[in-house]
Amino acid sequence: MVNTGDTAWVLISSALVLLMTPGLAFFYGGMVRRKNMLSVLMQCFIVMCVLSLQWVLYGYSLSFAPMKGFWGGFAWLGLRGVGLEPYADYAGTIPHQAFMIFQAMFAIITPALIIGAFAERMKFSAFLIFTLLWATFVYDPVCHWVWGIGGWMRSLGALDFAGGTVVHINAGIAALVTALVIGRRKNLDHNAPAPHNLPFVVLGTGLLWFGWFGFNAGSALAANGLAVNAFVVTNTAAAAAGLSWAFIEWIHNGKPTIFGTVSGVVAGLVAITPAAGYVSVIPAIIIGLSVSVFCFLAVSFIKPKFGYDDSLDAFGVHCVGGIWGALATGLFASKAVNPAGADGLFFGNPKQFLIQLFAVLVTVVYAFVVTFVIYKLVDLFVGVRVTEKEEMMGLDLTQHRERAYTVLE
Amino acid sequence: MKLIIAIIQPYKLEEVKEELYKAEVNLITVSEVLGHGRQKGVTEVYRGAKETGNLLRKIRLEIAVNDNYVEPTIKAIVKGAKTGETGDGKIFVLDLKECVRIRTEEKGAMAIG
Repeated sequence: MVNTGDTAWVLISSALVLLMTPGLAFFYGGMVRRKNMLSVLMQCFIVMCVLSLQWVLYGYSLSFAPMKGFWGGFAWLGLRGVGLEPYADYAGTIPHQAFMIFQAMFAIITPALIIGAFAERMKFSAFLIFTLLWATFVYDPVCHWVWGIGGWMRSLGALDFAGGTVVHINAGIAALVTALVIGRRKNLDHNAPAPHNLPFVVLGTGLLWFGWFGFNAGSALAANGLAVNAFVVTNTAAAAAGLSWAFIEWIHNGKPTIFGTVSGVVAGLVAITPAAGYVSVIPAIIIGLSVSVFCFLAVSFIKPKFGYDDSLDAFGVHCVGGIWGALATGLFASKAVNPAGADGLFFGNPKQFLIQLFAVLVTVVYAFVVTFVIYKLVDLFVGVRVTEKEEMMGLDLTQHRERAYTVLE
Repeated sequence: MKLIIAIIQPYKLEEVKEELYKAEVNLITVSEVLGHGRQKGVTEVYRGAKETGNLLRKIRLEIAVNDNYVEPTIKAIVKGAKTGETGDGKIFVLDLKECVRIRTEEKGAMAIG
């Protein structure tokens, strides 16, 4: 039976999650040099266009059609059979298409997250092909394993409430791979580029925080107590992580920064994502406070030490935060919060931690290998990186014949 | 003393700076300017409407040097900025009458370095 309250909440949540991608566009866009601002906005918006079509044509079928195997198969191509009645195995009280469009927004933002790794140096044509292939051969299968009926991680009992594995680890590993193979930006060593507009980064973070309530609380797929739990722990973890990052900077660098604070907020949102429907508020604070430590180490020490140019820290925040969130779910999950979930290590079930660890490892290895293959294929056929001159002139003018800001007028 | 003013392509700024550092010319002022030379530049397109012949973005460098630094500075700028295509820019060398360092009120050659 369709429940009007549940349906209203899931539709609103879908809109909230969609808004995260423009939010991400400004979050990332503010971090690049101004000659590349439009290229980042363009990449984010074209992902919204391409993945919206991919999803209704075949992405939803590959991800969610019920089948045991690598993919969900082709039963729901073009949304055939995906109607306005509930599909009880996914959500019994909302129209099937409401579930489908909610999931579409996750399929959109995940490839957009990777942009942070190769920003300022990828050809637009290569980006389009890479994104479509990645969505099809990395996102759709992993999404099926974790959330689809017949998916093997789901059958194994791996917990991922709103996409820590599917979205953040997946995209974060893809970010690491692309940053490694595309290489460093030119002239980085003498002249580390400063973010061209930090207020945009803050605006983007605000939109992400707002949208994340749809991402996590919407993943309850109903307007119920579980949604409220997810809402509360999401806000709590984000707050704890933002505060934590600011204090880490204060202690380590002498001054807290707004850039660090908003980075912490995003890290906290990432980390609570897999746990939002399984943990209560005190674990959420612990998850939030600690994720900033891990992500700060990743972006301030590990990245410079190994020298990969993950331009906007898509790996350092999303993958590191995502892995911590997935493992923390195995530590802090409690059936008292969600009877349909499981107990974690600290609630007497160490096995859950091992299941979480196994799911993380498989996702990391799979995403690493397949992203690498896709990158190399695209590079072979169209070439991924822009020329040196194009990189120096900026992607706005060379890829799009536009520029973000005028000098006079 | 001379004042060297150079107009260069924006995307060449990094390379010019590198060359200037190598030539031990460290004191420069940089501004973003618009200009019009022989170059037609990149055509921008807004909703299908092409815009050409607009003023192009350039970078203007100002460097005050003592006479023995004039040639090395010019060489460094040329080395960093030259592509051989139209639009590479120009270098102007002007006589400089006086130079005062505000902090110490030193004047002339002492104040420049």
